[in-house]
Amino acid sequence: MKYTFEMIVLGVGAFLALVGAGFAQDRLFGAHMWVLFFVLLGGTVVLLRRIDFRAAVAGAAPPQSEYFDEVVKYGVIATVFWGIVGFLVGVIVALQLAFPDLNIEPWFNFGRTRPLHTSAVIFAFGGNALIATSFYVVQRTSRARLFGGNLGWFVFWGYQLFIVMAATGYLLGITQSREYAEPEWYVDLLLTIVWVAYLVAFLGTILVRKEPHIYVANWFYLAFIVTIAMLHIVNNLAVPVSFLGSKSYSAFSGVQDALTQWWYGHNAVGFFLTAGFLAMMYYFIPKQVNRPVYSYRLSIIHFWALIFMYIWAGPHHLHYTALPDWAQTLGMVFSVMLWMPSWGGMINGLMTLSGAWDKVRTDPIVRMMIMAVAFYGMATFEGPMMSIKTVNSLSHYTDWTIGHVHSGALGWNGLITFGAIYYLVPKLWNRERLYSVRMVNWHFWLATLGIVVYAAVMWVAGIQQGLMWREYDDQGFLVYSFAESVAAMFPYYVLRAVGGGLFLAGALLMAFNVTMTILGRVRDEAPILGATPVPQPAE
Amino acid sequence: METYTLMRHFADSWGLLAMMLFFLGVVAFIFRPGAKDAAHQAAFIPLKED
Repeated sequence: MKYTFEMIVLGVGAFLALVGAGFAQDRLFGAHMWVLFFVLLGGTVVLLRRIDFRAAVAGAAPPQSEYFDEVVKYGVIATVFWGIVGFLVGVIVALQLAFPDLNIEPWFNFGRTRPLHTSAVIFAFGGNALIATSFYVVQRTSRARLFGGNLGWFVFWGYQLFIVMAATGYLLGITQSREYAEPEWYVDLLLTIVWVAYLVAFLGTILVRKEPHIYVANWFYLAFIVTIAMLHIVNNLAVPVSFLGSKSYSAFSGVQDALTQWWYGHNAVGFFLTAGFLAMMYYFIPKQVNRPVYSYRLSIIHFWALIFMYIWAGPHHLHYTALPDWAQTLGMVFSVMLWMPSWGGMINGLMTLSGAWDKVRTDPIVRMMIMAVAFYGMATFEGPMMSIKTVNSLSHYTDWTIGHVHSGALGWNGLITFGAIYYLVPKLWNRERLYSVRMVNWHFWLATLGIVVYAAVMWVAGIQQGLMWREYDDQGFLVYSFAESVAAMFPYYVLRAVGGGLFLAGALLMAFNVTMTILGRVRDEAPILGATPVPQPAE
Repeated sequence: METYTLMRHFADSWGLLAMMLFFLGVVAFIFRPGAKDAAHQAAFIPLKED
């Protein structure tokens, strides 16, 4: 490989970043461009060192394999890596809330580490899991190689660059202060380009498929890619102050701006964290239990009902605000209706095990996937309930919301991704089995226990906060000051860090297990009780 | 008429009706005769490969 074109692009990009650093209109943009310069320069040097003229001398390109799996391998490793980073930062921000002295000014304040945590887990961990599994699944279920040749590499590395730019920007203090859309305009443009390339690679593979039917998992992936493109572009419409500056102003103002943000924010949950991960459920659960999905027709209704309803649910984030009342009610009603397709999908996932329920006992990976679907069901019951205005008047702005988000994100997104990783690693690296199946079992219990501690503590904390804020005495005065409700949270915040720590410990076990599997080691261990014995050679 | 009012009225009349009909069409389509077999075959797509 000679990488001529790639090196020119990276080199020119590095030069432009240097120019940007030199002509920067503000100090932060200059610092961010220096980061970009060194990253792109590093990339160019790595490519230079990897030039290999042997193929050119031999005059023949290496034969192409049936599937483009190299990028999926990188994606799986990136998922594990960013997962550890994101969970670790999560435990740190939890401790910062309990012990404010841990806020190290200015770069590691809670205000900067919190978006670092949310973006690392949602976009870096979740996004890499989605890109890697979508590339794997679309090739298998279309029986075609990933479209666009090296486009897959561009999507992978472009997305990593987006993550690095977003993360360093947060720590420097660059933000457009839109939740889950904090990166400024130039990083948003980078993501737009990468995302269009992702759409081309994915849709192109579907278009050249050899399998006549488009399997339902691909529908979910496609809905995720298309909708995120739409949400990202509309929510980030902004006018930069200078093309060499880090500050921009939103195209919308007032309540329109708030509604656009939560239309984006809730559908990021609906299409990034739900539709994309449901695609994983519809592929990896049938593969791991070796049975088709319980009802394929239910999965199609699940798909259409989910995408028709999710898009309207955003206003429930703006109850009792300046948003028109009808819009609040609309958001609430659609959120409650969403319960039905969500549980239809959950039942479909769970019942895929119908006739093979013993696998929950004997296969820790199946157990992990089933627990993920169970958490999907619990989170999608809790969510509609919290969107009801009377419930929301108690729960809004409290830690109950944080508990809800984490039972969905750790329980559903985390566990289904772990299950997919444990399925993928032996397949991708051609290993007979994982390094250790028993470690998967440990990971399962550490993660599940961690989530239960986390969610239960946040329920108590949130309801206590909500009740303290609305407690009046018989003269009509508030009983508690805000600071008193903050002080009352201390034990819960410590326990939350314990729950998060358990979850992180499980993820570290996974990282070890995956590394050992990739290195080709097999741990000498007793099989899981009741698991099928290793098949004997035919007689 | 104001753009807001126009879109607001479109959303809760023709827009709503069009989406509802599309959704009902999807539901009718997957219960058409022969859909059961097609769905059964489609469900086995992931299990055909490795």
